[in-house]
Amino acid sequence: MSADALLVAEDLHRRFGPTPALAGASLAVAAGEVVAVMGPSGSGKSTLLHCLAGIVPPDTGRVRYRGADLTAMSDTERSALRRREFGFVFQFGQLVPELTCLENVALPLRLERVARRAAERRAREWLDRLEVADVAGKRPGEVSGGQGQRVAVARALVTGPRVVFADEPTGALDSLNGERVMRLLAGAARETGAAVLLVTHETRVAAYSDREVVVRDGRTRSLEQVA
Amino acid sequence: MSIGHTFLGLLQASPRHGYDLKRAYDERFGQARPLAYGQVYATLSRLLRNGLVEVDSVEPGEGPERKRYAITEAGVTDVARWLAQPEKPEPYLHSVLYTKVVLALLTGRPAADLLDVQRAEHLRLMRELTRRKTDGDLADQLVCDHALFHLEADLRWLELTASRLDQLAREVGR
Repeated sequence: MSADALLVAEDLHRRFGPTPALAGASLAVAAGEVVAVMGPSGSGKSTLLHCLAGIVPPDTGRVRYRGADLTAMSDTERSALRRREFGFVFQFGQLVPELTCLENVALPLRLERVARRAAERRAREWLDRLEVADVAGKRPGEVSGGQGQRVAVARALVTGPRVVFADEPTGALDSLNGERVMRLLAGAARETGAAVLLVTHETRVAAYSDREVVVRDGRTRSLEQVA
Repeated sequence: MSIGHTFLGLLQASPRHGYDLKRAYDERFGQARPLAYGQVYATLSRLLRNGLVEVDSVEPGEGPERKRYAITEAGVTDVARWLAQPEKPEPYLHSVLYTKVVLALLTGRPAADLLDVQRAEHLRLMRELTRRKTDGDLADQLVCDHALFHLEADLRWLELTASRLDQLAREVGR
């Protein structure tokens, strides 16, 4: 494993009832790296992502973030870490429907007590960067799927996270819109030096990453190791 | 690709010297494989012989590069027929990969590794094409997308085969 890894999973095991979701998954992500996590449905890729993000604790194994053991932290510590250091993009944007797109993007900053004006200024910059400045005043229900996903990416990046977790971020989009979201997400992450952990089953989307890790039956396999 | 027909299409757009024709071909369709001069002049002399192009003008001095070529009526008919005719879809029934997988199973080698190695190779090329597409113009994007869709189809086959290896091993072992 790389010595300068930002986020490291070591031999993770996790069961949901009798079903093993992870059965010895290991992974290391370096700063500024875009890693695609691929594998068949039900292979454990989302569980791996959730363990790495501190959302689901593994039964055994460790997750270390910048040297700190995530699995040993309290729930409060983990929540604070997720808010400050991590960004999230899901398949369906999960934007707050009552808020405008601008307010949605500013929300993570407001939760960190950034003043409204400053938060909205930064949110506007990110909407502009994701090429959706024109939807700032609209509510999520009034924008297209592709625009909504780009708003969600802006919201994930607005706090300057060190790691962005993206779970099938293009899964609900057509090929052209999906690639646009991916190009902007990978481009923005590379500029800011954030690592991206991308779960996808689409190889065309994975092709925007720097490398792939395949999950099969709860175990990880780095393709580079095989070749 | 039919170089002759491509030349005819380019010449119908405007008469050109041999060198200009090669340059136009390389810029638009050559990608990483420019035409050799020998190929350009061999193609042009065949088109001349068949009456599909004619020498439009000859500039002072000798040498084939000074002739300007133009398409003839017969050439226009020929290129129109070619453009209107659908290309035969490639059925891809002779798969080297399939052969390799079966042979790996027959000889007790790890077929899953073979599929993974191939998968890594495909993804490497897909990343390269995606980078080229991201930095390129619309022509680059369309050409790269064509290749990317084919590679994606191969990858789906690799994934499907990986999930059926146990079943295939049983059938191969019979």
